[in-house]
Amino acid sequence: MSENMVMSARNLASGYDGRIIIPDMTMTIPAGKISVLIGANGCGKSTLLKAFCRLNRVYAGTITLGDRDIRDYGPKEYARSVGMLPQSPAVPEGISVRELVTRGRFPYRQPLKGLAAADYQAVDRAIAVMGIEAIADRNVDELSGGQRQRVWIALSLAQETDILFLDEPTTFLDISYQIEILELLVRLNRENRTTIVMVLHDINLAARYADYLFAMKQGQLIREEKPADIIDEALIREVYGMESRIITDPVYGTPNVIPVGNPSLLRE
Amino acid sequence: MRKRVWISSIVLILLALAAVFLSLWFGARIIPFRDVWSAVIHPQLDSYNTRVVHARTVRTLFGFLAGAALGVSGTVMQSVTRNPVADPSILGVNTGAALAVVIGLVFFNIARPEQYIWLALAGAGLTSALVYGIASVGASGITPIKLALSGATVSVALGSLLTTVLLPDTDAMNSYRFWQIGSIGAATREHMLLLLPFFITGLVLALLLADHLNVVTLGDEMASSLGVNVRIVRLLASAAGVILCGATTALAGPIGFVGLMVPHLLRMMTGSDVRVMLPLSALGGASLLLIADVIGRVIGRPGETEVGVITALLGAPVFIYVIQKAKVRSL
Amino acid sequence: MSPDAARRRRRWNTAVIVTAVLTVLLAGAMLCCGNTFYGPAVVFRVLRGEMISSASYAILQLRLPRMLGAVFSGMAFGMAGFVFQTVLRNPLASPDVIGISTSTSAAAVFCISVLGLQGIVVPAVSVVTGLCVSLIIYLLAARNGFSHARMILIGIGVQAMLGAVISWVLSRTSEYDVANTMRWMNGSLTNARMQESLTVMAVAVLGAVFLFSRREAMRLIELGDAYAETLGGNIRRLYPQVIAAAVLLVAFATAAVGPVSSVSFLAGPIASRISGRSRSTLIPSALAGAVLVLAADLIGQFLMPARYPAGVITGLLGGPYLLYLLVTINRKGETA
Repeated sequence: MSENMVMSARNLASGYDGRIIIPDMTMTIPAGKISVLIGANGCGKSTLLKAFCRLNRVYAGTITLGDRDIRDYGPKEYARSVGMLPQSPAVPEGISVRELVTRGRFPYRQPLKGLAAADYQAVDRAIAVMGIEAIADRNVDELSGGQRQRVWIALSLAQETDILFLDEPTTFLDISYQIEILELLVRLNRENRTTIVMVLHDINLAARYADYLFAMKQGQLIREEKPADIIDEALIREVYGMESRIITDPVYGTPNVIPVGNPSLLRE
Repeated sequence: MRKRVWISSIVLILLALAAVFLSLWFGARIIPFRDVWSAVIHPQLDSYNTRVVHARTVRTLFGFLAGAALGVSGTVMQSVTRNPVADPSILGVNTGAALAVVIGLVFFNIARPEQYIWLALAGAGLTSALVYGIASVGASGITPIKLALSGATVSVALGSLLTTVLLPDTDAMNSYRFWQIGSIGAATREHMLLLLPFFITGLVLALLLADHLNVVTLGDEMASSLGVNVRIVRLLASAAGVILCGATTALAGPIGFVGLMVPHLLRMMTGSDVRVMLPLSALGGASLLLIADVIGRVIGRPGETEVGVITALLGAPVFIYVIQKAKVRSL
Repeated sequence: MSPDAARRRRRWNTAVIVTAVLTVLLAGAMLCCGNTFYGPAVVFRVLRGEMISSASYAILQLRLPRMLGAVFSGMAFGMAGFVFQTVLRNPLASPDVIGISTSTSAAAVFCISVLGLQGIVVPAVSVVTGLCVSLIIYLLAARNGFSHARMILIGIGVQAMLGAVISWVLSRTSEYDVANTMRWMNGSLTNARMQESLTVMAVAVLGAVFLFSRREAMRLIELGDAYAETLGGNIRRLYPQVIAAAVLLVAFATAAVGPVSSVSFLAGPIASRISGRSRSTLIPSALAGAVLVLAADLIGQFLMPARYPAGVITGLLGGPYLLYLLVTINRKGETA
């Protein structure tokens, strides 16, 4: 794996359909760490993620990878450094696990040439790391949600990028699969030093697995730091508009948010 | 996996050969087997039966090309729209081509194939753009339902325009009603030679895009992040699809459902790899069209029932089957 | 009643009154206009039973059947469109598009051109065909739970298939009959005869009464099947009943005047746009349908360079509006 390149945004203004969701964002993605974007619906976290992946327009400011503006990269060149797993990718009919993972090698393919040895090796490696050898020849549309997500991440792995963005990778999964996927991503980060940036809905899972948290509200970054340092009642109030108590998770030692509504309703 | 592809290829090649042979053998007149064989081996022998076989040869070759073009077009359109019901007759593309040809016929007296083929292509292209554009409006993107409704609506709208242009001109109306039924019976050597370059162009373009199309089927966002320029790929692939079905429609009339059926039937055998599907859908489409044509010739004796009717009668149940099988959520 | 609700009710009332008045005026115009123009006074006298040489013939034998055919088939098409659009929860799913109208016309055209039949057999066969095809489409769509998305798609497929059948029939029609057949296929009221017009009138009135009794249940459907069921809508019985009613309406109207394209499509969305969504759109749709057919026929007869059947006019004027509707509906995400 090559030198980890740093990605940062400087005075970024981005959005879609002509609307500016993020007016002015300056931040740096810590290399080799797991960063999580959190915030209420509509705060701009997915928009920001997509801006980094060149899926949303940059209306002002810059995003840089290494020391180059990301707009200077060619599409395949960028795809070799930055990978993304969108929220709902489409599963083509009748495609096997191995075939789908192989599609992740597209950025390395020469036009009109078949797959090279390096391609096959990358696919095998990705399948091994994600532990899906046993289902490698089965059709993707027959798999469970958790298994399917593993396959998509294997595709991103086969892409061999330094940085991996994931847009809500756990939102539609059962709780056991959520944990499984998140732990796989942690292993990926610890063993390959892949920089991981993801949007997570669940503040407690974010607090547990993130090295850095980026809390957003209305397109602005309001706090960025290690979870233990920044999750407090004031932050929850500001980001989610809700009262809470913060306790320490008895198993992991990370902050755990207890939402407080109207307790007297439940006391007869 | 590889084995499946080899087996499917062999099956399809054999099927195509069988279809070609059937097309030469069957028809309004049954020619004895040995006469067909001798016509093929000794083409210079002149007998009545030999001449019939030679005439059928043109029809067969044209049908082969037309079917292949439609098959490839269907695969390309279904991949690029990620839509199991993309077919020129559903998407209104046939009506658009027809309208362009009719306008040419009524207002500019354009009656020669080399001329109106360009009109048909223009009509098909503009209609595809319109249907696609309308279907893509809205947050949910292009769902099969929106695409089909868009195609049906555009087809109805253009159909009215077509009738308006056609109704006052009885001569045009007379020629039109024969053209609009989709048949390879009137094909001449010129038609076949005219179709060939368009077929080759469309096929080559599609083959060059095959890898990109494989990635586009994963979703626009995924494809972008893998380095595919989705917009350009979509544009070029649609162009390939339109060239293939537009040219065929111009010369044979609108033949629907071949582009719909072939990819689905193929996918059951070979999986979703576009690189594999493209050449096989050419063979599959050719076989399907020729067999449908033979059925039409046999059923319609002493005349014939045109191939467009047969493909519609065969295709609608397949279409319905595809919809039944699809998960409702994905529609 | 709150001022807001009162305002919305007034809007609906106004829309109904305006369309009803328009219908009467256009119907009257159809009786007055023709090769010879007869003023309203003459028309009244004839209708009251006076015998006035050529006027009586023209008005009673030619124009009256045509006018009745136009009004009631328009109402029938409008109501049928409303039913399908509600049940399929899609403003663009009209019988025109999902094969219902096409099946009726295919049957009629087949009878007339290929079998050479005439008279009462034709509408009877068309109606039966229409019902059978709709039943098949419905049953296919209802496997594993009714899905309106499936019904729409299956209908579109059936339509394409039947379109091929119609093309085939046209290619077999003799040269002399082609122009006439094509005219009929585009909703020409010229051949509307008293017997068929009265039949349509009866069917339209009966259909209106039946659907009117079901209008509240149909409003529940808009909320989704689950809600409609729990609120007491009894979906399982309602759907087949109203769909059957709609198919009958389309079949009889088509048998009488031919398939006037786009009226089913347009009547519903136009009606909801002018009368608002606060009350059932059944009656506005019926009236809108009548106005559309009347206006289209008058325009096609007198205001175009050549004589065009009503269906071509509705198609021409409807086409762009349909596309506009399609875009706006997609944008708002109202499609199923």
